[in-house]
Order: sequence, then structure tokens, then C-alpha cells
Amino acid sequence: MTVVAPEHAMTPVYEFPDSLTSVPTHYCPGCTHGIAHRLIAEVIDELAAKERTIGVASVGCSVFACRYFDVDFGQAPHGRAPAMATGIKRVAPEALVFTYQGDGDLASIGAAEILHAAVRGENITVFFINNAIYGMTGGQMAPTTLVGQKTASSPAGRSLVGQGAPLRVSELLAQVDGAAFVVRRSLHDVVQIRRAKKAIRRAFEVQEQGLGFSMVELLSSCPTNWGLKPDAALDFIRDEMVPAFPLGDFKVPEAETAGAAGAGTADSSAAGADAAGSAVAGRARRG
Amino acid sequence: MARELLKGNVAFAEAAVRAGCEAYFGYPITPQTEALEHLSTRMPELGRTFVQAESEVAAINMVYGAAAAGVRTMTSSSGPGTSLMMEGLSYLAGSEVPAVVVDVMRGGPGLGNIAPAQSDYLQMVKGGGHGDYRQIVLAPSTVQELIDHTVLAFDLADRYRIVTVVLADGSLGQMMEGAELPPMRHLRLPGERPAWALTGAIMREPNLVSSIHLDPDEEEAFNRHLQAKYAEIAAAEVRFEEYRLEGARVAVVAFGTTARLAKTAITAARAEGLAVGLFRPITLWPYPEVQLRALVKRVDAMLVVEMNTGQMVEDVQRIVAERVPVRFFGRTGGVMPMPEEILEELRRSAHEAEAAHQEEVSA
Ligand SMILES: Cc1ncc(C[n+]2csc(CCOP(=O)(O)OP(=O)(O)O)c2C)c(N)n1
Ligand code: SF4
Ligand SMILES: [Mg+2]
Repeated sequence: MTVVAPEHAMTPVYEFPDSLTSVPTHYCPGCTHGIAHRLIAEVIDELAAKERTIGVASVGCSVFACRYFDVDFGQAPHGRAPAMATGIKRVAPEALVFTYQGDGDLASIGAAEILHAAVRGENITVFFINNAIYGMTGGQMAPTTLVGQKTASSPAGRSLVGQGAPLRVSELLAQVDGAAFVVRRSLHDVVQIRRAKKAIRRAFEVQEQGLGFSMVELLSSCPTNWGLKPDAALDFIRDEMVPAFPLGDFKVPEAETAGAAGAGTADSSAAGADAAGSAVAGRARRG
Repeated sequence: MARELLKGNVAFAEAAVRAGCEAYFGYPITPQTEALEHLSTRMPELGRTFVQAESEVAAINMVYGAAAAGVRTMTSSSGPGTSLMMEGLSYLAGSEVPAVVVDVMRGGPGLGNIAPAQSDYLQMVKGGGHGDYRQIVLAPSTVQELIDHTVLAFDLADRYRIVTVVLADGSLGQMMEGAELPPMRHLRLPGERPAWALTGAIMREPNLVSSIHLDPDEEEAFNRHLQAKYAEIAAAEVRFEEYRLEGARVAVVAFGTTARLAKTAITAARAEGLAVGLFRPITLWPYPEVQLRALVKRVDAMLVVEMNTGQMVEDVQRIVAERVPVRFFGRTGGVMPMPEEILEELRRSAHEAEAAHQEEVSA
């Protein structure tokens, strides 16, 4: 599937990534899971890594990621993808290993596994799709659900009392020495999507350089369970989620912080970058 | 290889190394921890993988990953830990990846204690995780068998793409005994990993290691496939031992350490002139059903002895189907049955059998 600009008849400006299969996804209209898939696949293509990439799908709406990516894939129990990826990476160190996890999966049931993968400096890359909800099971409260947000299991809105405030996983993991690269991006508009892609690329490069654990958190939409139209869902990310989950680089390898923001490929100029200042220099691990 | 004095836990850990285990993932728990400790030096020394996981939940999923990537891999634990592995074991079964689990059983339920028990028969043999699945379960009764079964477990796991459990108990794990370790096997080269494994899709279609079948018809077909595989294993891999069953009127049925204790009792009983012997299942799944059923015709009674309140006895009763009386004797909570106690039970069984026999003759 190639679309060419009329004035450059032979120059493709859009190609379907090799690293995606042609299986139509089951994602709802306006869901940004598909965008995240595409960005990851494009980066795998750019790194010419399709034949050495092994993905690990989680349990959530993205459980069938294993069918959409045209690379070797495992499918872990709910929350356990970082453990499964650990097992794979340890015996296939030359492979590019990534997990793809939702916020219920990663921040709730799998909180121990993600934390300790970071603690060990496990040389894997994690894509963390934060849509502030349990999408697959029909819109229950997630650890990332915003205060006051109504869900199927918090019908009165999430309350600080008894349910607590949303968990900011990137900020948490940035505290861990073994984490080499931890950033948050968003998928709500074209500029943010381009920044997200750069971060995805950088995260994979960190793994290829053997620097340790890398994670890109992506603020993502769930129009279906938010009860919003696709465009309103993107506005919800920008207006409600970004203030609660500031975009920015929470941990980047030392060389990049030392060389000032623009020097590295990590994009620390992301919108809402009040968190960028809090970036913690990462220790290079297992170089 | 020469015989040496080996502690059970160290012996099975080293046997795993020699059998070509490339990756071990575990979490400390008594009475199996010496295995984890042994491997924490041995595996890195050989350039292999050792990870002390954050929990048994993580450990079994690391095993899942390494198994999916096509290497020989294992974990070991005890009841509280194996309980945490049940979800993972179900996934391994549902995606047909091979792995070895050594369960060094202790007293339960709950935290229980660290003393030897056979508390996990139902959990491991019947499948404590969800879904219609089976795993091969081997029950060693000496340190030598613990070694041999660990090696066999890797071979069976690979042959059938199935989880194989070595079901030992705390006394076997802690005991020191003369035994011989196997020679070091060659490790699988990266290019020799199985064709279905996740190795990077070079010159082939991508592989998928997954247990999901959303379509019920597809899931049913997959389950039928699993059942056909299980039937093949049941036909080919049954293992058992008969001990002094010639002329026996009463058969003790016991596995693992209990079978060993029963042998002592049987020797004493034979000295008293009691016609008793032992039937010892070595594979708890597949269970030696045909052989036990055949035994019904040869003896007048059976005595099942276990270190629990009666788990395997349910299988014996099912197979015997009331054709001969089945008594049960068990000690539990970490208490081991003493040979004298078993002997006492044997006398009772023998006398009951004799009385029944006399009744039949006079009738
Ligand atoms: C052990 C276990 N508990 C619960 C479930 C049910 N379950 C499936 S997906 C899911 C939540 C997924 O939410 P998230 O990870 O945020 O992914 P999303 O669907 O939002 O992308 C739950 C609770 C399960 N499959 N396994
Ligand atoms: S339920 Fe939400 S997260 Fe799941 S596919 Fe639909 S929009 Fe996406
Ligand atoms: Mg979610």
C-alpha cells in the first residue's frame, strides 16, 4: 500500500510498515492503540530489526498485538510481560525484546514485575499504554484513572479517599537506578505523535546499546469507555490527562543530560515539559 | 562418574546443570533453597542464566519466557511458592512450552511449616491452575532418583512440549545420601533451538507463543489436540515399581519418601510371615492405572500410605473401584509415618484380609 505525492510521481511518502501484518485490527474507531503499533513498527523497520525483534503482548485490548506485528511474539499472563521478557532476553541477548502493556496490566496487577525488571536493569524496552481505564473488560477504574473520572467501577468518580490519586509510573520508575530511559509522551496530535516516535526509537537504541531498562509511557485514548467521540477523546488527553501526567523525560542516559537537551535524540522538549527539569541522570549499565 | 555424598537439593540442582538447563529462575523457600543457592554460583560460572526473581509469580513467567525462546529452563519451590505459580503453569500448558518444576513439598495448608510432607499431590497431579491441562509428575524416593528424574524431566518436557514436575519432599531435599551425578550434556546451540521457538523470524514466518483462542470452536479443537497428546503420554510414559509383591496378600501403595518408609515396614512384616509387598507409582501422572487395576486380581487388600490426609488414595479408590478393600494411613502437617506405624497398619490389613478370606472359605 503506497501513496505517492502527485508532484513526485515515484517518491513514496507513505508505506505500510514491514513489521506490521495486514491483519485488520479490532481496535475501536479513534483508539490510539493502532497509532502506537504503527510507530513501533516503523521504528523496527528503520532499525532493520524485524528479524531479531521479539515482542511480548500483555492482557488488555492489545492482547492481539501478537497478530498485528509481523515479528516473533509471546503473550504473557496479565501483568507478567516484564517477567516473560526477562526470560526471553536473558537467553536471547542479541534480540530486541519489547513488551506492550496497558495501565491495568502494568500499573496494577503487574506493578511488582515492572518495578523489578527496572531494578535489575533488565535490558528490555517497555511500551506502556496509559489510557486511564481498563479498556478490555469494559471501562473499570485503573490505577491511572483521574480523580473524579467516572468509570464502570467508580460510578461516582474516582475519589481521593479510599481510591487514591492516579499512579505516575514513569516518575516512580525514574527513581530506580536500573532504569536507563524513562519518558512520557502522548498520542493526541500530530506533533506529539512525532515526538512519541522519536522516543520509541531512542528507547530501542538504549536497549541496543545495552544501557538497561527503557520505557516509553504513551498517553492514549479510549473513546469507547470514556464515552467520548474520537476527537473529543483526543481533547480529553490534552486537557485532562496531560496535566495529571506531565509529558517529559524522567530518566535519560547520562551522556544525553550532560550534552544538554538538544544533543541527544531523546526529545526533552515535549509539551508540558515541567517534568523535564526533573530528569534524573541514568547510570549506564552493562555497557 | 563416582558415587558421592550429596544433599538432595544440591543433587537435583547439579543434575539440572548436567542435563543442559540453560536458565534457572527461582525465589528462596525452605526446604528447597539450597538448590537456588547452588545454581546462583554454578550457572554464572558456566555462562548460563540465574535470576533470583521478585516472586514465584515472576519466576514461573521468566521460565515461560526462556522456554518460549527455546532453551531448557527450570524453577524449584515449595507449596506456598508453587501455589503462586499456578497461573503461569496453566499458560505454559496452554501454549505447549516445555519446562521443569521441582516441588520440594512441606507441611501446609497456608504457611504451614518447613517439615516434609506430600501435601501437593492434588495440586500438581490434578492441575492446581485453571483449564483442562496435565503435566507429567515424577515422584523420586531416593537422592539418586531425584537426580535421575530431574534429567528425565527435561527429556520428557522437550519430547512432549509439556511441563514436567519432579515432586519431592522436604526430607528428600534435605537428606544426604550416596548418589551418582550424570555426565555433563552438551548445551543446545542457538541454531538448534526448536522450530516453534521465539528466536527472531529470520527466513521464516513469525512464531507466536500464546494460549489464547477466542473462538470457542478453536479452543475446543486445541483442547482435543492436548488430550490426544496426553493420551499418547499416558500410553508411553507410565513408570512404577513393584517390591516383594510375589505371593503378597496385601499391597502397600505409596510414592516417594513414604514408599521408602513402607519398604522398611514390609521387610519387617515379611519377617513376621505376613505376605505383603509394595506398589510404587513413579509417574503420578500418567498414573500406572492399568498396572494397579491388574494388581486387584493378585491381592486381597490394599493399604495406601501418604504424608497427607489422603490425596493419592482418591485415585487408588477410583481405580480399585471397591473390588478389594482399600485402607488409608497418613501422617500430616510435616509428621512422617514411622515404619513401625506402617507395620502396625499392615498387620491390621493382613488380619482383616485373612478374616475375610476365612469367611469366604467357610461360606
Ligand atoms: C489474572 C487476570 N485478572 C483479570 C483479568 C481480566 N482482565 C483482562 S484485561 C484487563 C484490564 C486491561 O486493562 P489495561 O491493562 O489497562 O489494558 P487496555 O485494555 O486498557 O488497553 C483485565 C482486568 C485477566 N485476564 N487475568
Ligand atoms: S476499548 Fe478502548 S482501548 Fe480498547 S480498543 Fe476500544 S478504544 Fe481502544
Ligand atoms: Mg488501559
